[in-house]
Amino acid sequence: MASLQYIFKRLLLMIPTFFLVMVIIFLLVRFLPGDPAIAIAGDRASDADLEAIRNRLGLNEPMLVQFWLFISNTLQGDLGRSILMRAPVTDVIFERFPTTGFLTLYAVVLSLLIAGPLAFVAALNRGNSWDAAIRTVFQVGLSMPVFYIGLILLTFLAAQLRWFPVGGYGETFFVRLHHLFLPAMTVALYTSAIIMRNLRSSIIEVLDAEYVQFSRAKGLSNRIILGRHVLRNAMISTVTLLGLSIGSMMSGTLVTETVFAVPGMGRLMLEAIFARDYPLIQGLTLTFAVLVSVVFLLTDLFQSWLDPRMRLS
Amino acid sequence: MSDVTVSQTQQALKKSKLQIALRKPGFVIGAIIIGLSAMLAIAPGVFAPYDPNLISYLEVKQPPSWAHPFGTDMLGRDSLSRVIWAYTVNMQMAILATVFAMSFGVFVGALVGYYRGIADQIFGRLVDAIITFPFLVLVIAVVAVLGPGLVNMYIAISVVGWVYYARLTRAEVIAQMGNDYASAGVVMGYSDRRIIFRHLLPNAITPVIVYWMTDMALAILLGSSLGYLGLGAQPPQAEWGVLIAEGRNFITTAWWLSLMPGIAIVITGLGFSLIGDGLADLLRPRT
Repeated sequence: MASLQYIFKRLLLMIPTFFLVMVIIFLLVRFLPGDPAIAIAGDRASDADLEAIRNRLGLNEPMLVQFWLFISNTLQGDLGRSILMRAPVTDVIFERFPTTGFLTLYAVVLSLLIAGPLAFVAALNRGNSWDAAIRTVFQVGLSMPVFYIGLILLTFLAAQLRWFPVGGYGETFFVRLHHLFLPAMTVALYTSAIIMRNLRSSIIEVLDAEYVQFSRAKGLSNRIILGRHVLRNAMISTVTLLGLSIGSMMSGTLVTETVFAVPGMGRLMLEAIFARDYPLIQGLTLTFAVLVSVVFLLTDLFQSWLDPRMRLS
Repeated sequence: MSDVTVSQTQQALKKSKLQIALRKPGFVIGAIIIGLSAMLAIAPGVFAPYDPNLISYLEVKQPPSWAHPFGTDMLGRDSLSRVIWAYTVNMQMAILATVFAMSFGVFVGALVGYYRGIADQIFGRLVDAIITFPFLVLVIAVVAVLGPGLVNMYIAISVVGWVYYARLTRAEVIAQMGNDYASAGVVMGYSDRRIIFRHLLPNAITPVIVYWMTDMALAILLGSSLGYLGLGAQPPQAEWGVLIAEGRNFITTAWWLSLMPGIAIVITGLGFSLIGDGLADLLRPRT
């Protein structure tokens, strides 16, 4: 019951947040330079044509009416037509979404595979040279821009050694795993640097906790202690961190897709910006915001499910 | 406990924080890196061996040598000189992309933290809304509105970034208000302005300063990313992201063009984070 109530409250809080998200996007797009009617019809369109387009888009209405139109259209799933792609924005985004989704999930799996074991090694060897070496490498990783990591992987593993293709996106699942390995690795290296640091300290915190000391004193084996207490607690903090890092992962994906020419939403966003395709910019920004808030919601729910203490606060 | 040990302990406590800081290798290395970077940024002409814009068609895409330690680019310009001149722009990013966001954010955060009420409620929802956008997506959307370029990039980063400072300051101010000295100020009849800016803020500012250091490192990463994407500094300006983007097309034949500016980014970013970590260790009260 308490948990249902929690979910309900959590969803209710999303309404004002989303209202503000819509206000921000609406204002941003209204301030875009240039006349959207000219952007749609082209420079040589007649005044009558331009006027017709303005009327159709509601650009002659007062701001508040325009905002209402924007909200009601969006809620009905109508985000307008992309100027660049000459297709409805929702169709364009739906076409690109699986690529970005696949890349992001792939990156999550890889970053867990990198950060998880290394965080354990660092925490169990706290203070000695193993710990120092692992932390230094990740500290350097955190100072590397995503596009630079991507370019290095691209140059050495794809262009020089030819282990991976230099770009594009495969058809079947396994070809796709191979094609997207380097882009996913790029995002993962960056994300794992964030996770590793916090995971290490949360493991240390649990190792020092009284109940772990007690289990030790009781004579429980190291394996049971690590598996039952440390792993479970480490999982909670990792999931939370991953969830909260979804925004920076999306930012990383945007850059990575550009470096590796992956046809996802991030690359589309840049194309839309250079083409001043304002309905597409609007739609993509909204989609990114929705994705992030859904992940935030899932993180909260997962956390309250794993850790009953959270439900009370 | 004898008198001697007491005075020794007191002396140890009196040791300035700077002295403690200088014993931490990370902090010292960070300070040296940033000190040297600042020198390069202030007087690049003194350190750069060549004019960064000197085009020489006889020396196109030469690999690193004694004459050109970082090689030359597709127009025969000396890469080392271009990387050094870029220090001016990239170090400027660390300051200009963060200072306005910090000042405004601290101001707003202190006010909503002190007064709470309806403004705080609205602020809370605004923070929720802004952190719902991936940072880069919102920044490039603002750049799209303003147009590419350095100044617009600073505006875009500040417009989005102040929220993080405000959130941090608000939380700190609220925590400080639980202390007796804050209530004492109210009892003494001090003005709100005096309580907020003379009493609460000086005590609440420490985590903000630590975050500022990390944020400067992030500003350089973000600024060079935008330069790389064509939304920040514009060529022919020497900026690390732009330099890496220029070298991208020759990555298999002239790898040094992209590799070298990246090393400058990593070292500078590392410098700021090491200082930030050092400050965090130093300023956070140990329990």
